[in-house]
Amino acid sequence: MTDATDVAHNPERPKGSWVFRCGLLLVGAHLFIAVLTLFWTPYDPLDLVGLRLEKPSLAHWLGTDRLGRDTLTQIMVGSRIAMIVGIGSVALGAFIGVTIGLLAGFATRVWDDVLAAVLDILIAFPVLLLAMLVVAASPQPSLWTAVLALGIAMSAIVARLTRILVKRVLQNDYITASRCAGTGWVRLVWLHVLPNIWPFLAVNFALQFGMAIIAEASLSYLGLGAPLPNTSWGRLLQEAQGTVYTSPLGAIAPGVALVLLVIGANMFADGLRDIADPTRRNER
Amino acid sequence: MRRTAILIMSLLVASLVLFLLLRLLPGDPAAALLSVGADQAQIEAARAQVGSDLPIAKQFASFLADMFRLDLGTSFVNNASVLDEIGARLTVTIPLALIGFMLSMMIAVPLGIISGVNTDRWYAQVISVISQVGLAVPAFWMGILLVLVFSIKLGWLPSGGYPASGWDKPGSVLTSLVLPAITIALIIAASQLRYVRSATLDVLGSDYMRTARAMGASFPEAFMRHGLPNGSIPVISILGIELSTAFLGAVVIERVFTLPGLGSMLLTAIEQRDYPNIQGVLMISTLLVLIVGFLADVLQRIIDPRLRQSKGLMQ
Repeated sequence: MTDATDVAHNPERPKGSWVFRCGLLLVGAHLFIAVLTLFWTPYDPLDLVGLRLEKPSLAHWLGTDRLGRDTLTQIMVGSRIAMIVGIGSVALGAFIGVTIGLLAGFATRVWDDVLAAVLDILIAFPVLLLAMLVVAASPQPSLWTAVLALGIAMSAIVARLTRILVKRVLQNDYITASRCAGTGWVRLVWLHVLPNIWPFLAVNFALQFGMAIIAEASLSYLGLGAPLPNTSWGRLLQEAQGTVYTSPLGAIAPGVALVLLVIGANMFADGLRDIADPTRRNER
Repeated sequence: MRRTAILIMSLLVASLVLFLLLRLLPGDPAAALLSVGADQAQIEAARAQVGSDLPIAKQFASFLADMFRLDLGTSFVNNASVLDEIGARLTVTIPLALIGFMLSMMIAVPLGIISGVNTDRWYAQVISVISQVGLAVPAFWMGILLVLVFSIKLGWLPSGGYPASGWDKPGSVLTSLVLPAITIALIIAASQLRYVRSATLDVLGSDYMRTARAMGASFPEAFMRHGLPNGSIPVISILGIELSTAFLGAVVIERVFTLPGLGSMLLTAIEQRDYPNIQGVLMISTLLVLIVGFLADVLQRIIDPRLRQSKGLMQ
């Protein structure tokens, strides 16, 4: 354990909060742009507003794509898809994962072992492959297929983490005390288990948000993501790859937007971890 | 023995999960065989051909029996043997993943150790920032960027494609695998580096290093003799996962560089709803991922004698 003086003099501490604020700023900026596009964009994202593959100009800051659509507008709209898929899939994964994890944490030995074994195996599958499997099995790809696929694919990781955290919390004396006082298990979860595990889960969710953004872009790049007219960064990059010889900027700019958001989410997670778990502040 | 039993159990559970996911999600595999407007009799016939009219338990039993005989069936689209097709595709994917993986080790291990040993130096900070950025870069975009630099700007390497002659001309195969392999290497190295760095930090703070130094060993001596063997244990435990990541990263990378590997087979199969091909590719991928995990485990036991004695750790 770190004592009070140690924490106060910890040289990592200001850095931790700096990382947290920086992450918050990056994610917040993307969120702002995503909301802004609901009301205003420089051009209509699907309108052919210029010549094909125009170079950057005052009218089109990042040029136009192979059909003459404004690249900046498309990237801005892309952050909306990223946000919807990122937040949606993390929320779905959290709901499924935390439920299963809680059940496993409270289950009898046999059921717990079975669930733990199944989760271990599911985790061996990378998220993207599981998501591709779900997309493959769904009849009509849509924005929600991507959310569903990534949410299901990420839920195993959440379930395993929740299970471990629940087991650890349940060993505490205050749980025994509460049980002796006659607390039912639903109330126990609500009063003692969830409040004690959520900081660790939140860190995980922030990391998974970044993972989901990358996975969604990959799915869209492979042609398995949200279909037209949804403008995903992955599809922008896939389209721009064809014209990369003549207009490289189109194949760079959407990627930069994506990387900034993912770095933001990762920094946010790092900062959150420092807040949730002061003993880990020195590890980075 | 015990590990082998776990491997077989994992395979069984994995095939059950795969089977259920492909069956329980909406959409009948028989629909893939039919054109729009098929009548009831045609649907029945297609279902009988695919076997989706049988009770689910029976379907799973015959699925398992087929898997056991390594009979992956034939493609819905061109009736080719799924196993043969996978075999041909693996001659692209496995070398790609292995080369990428080895390159990533060559990047991550030295850089990880350097940045762990000299945490305060400016280059350690630079390495740390680069790996942080690398973690946020999608593999396919890394591929596009490398094409932009090395194929378009510098003109050193092809931007994609694969020689039709295959491994008959190893030179041209290797040329076409260089950029894809580097792409995979850079992506994996970003996360590998962090493991190596944190293992190095653990080693440097350990009592045995201090003891060795106190007994007069120089820093390089102590590090080579005590640090490396101990530090490699946690790193090896994640090597299995990293190698699997390399293998599956190939799925996306093959599309970027239009390589005819397992990944492009899976994508084509998904586009065509070719269920035997989808199932076959996923089953073989799972098999490979599990075997790699198994081997990493065995390797870990060879290196770390403590793991050999205690069964308890594996529980």
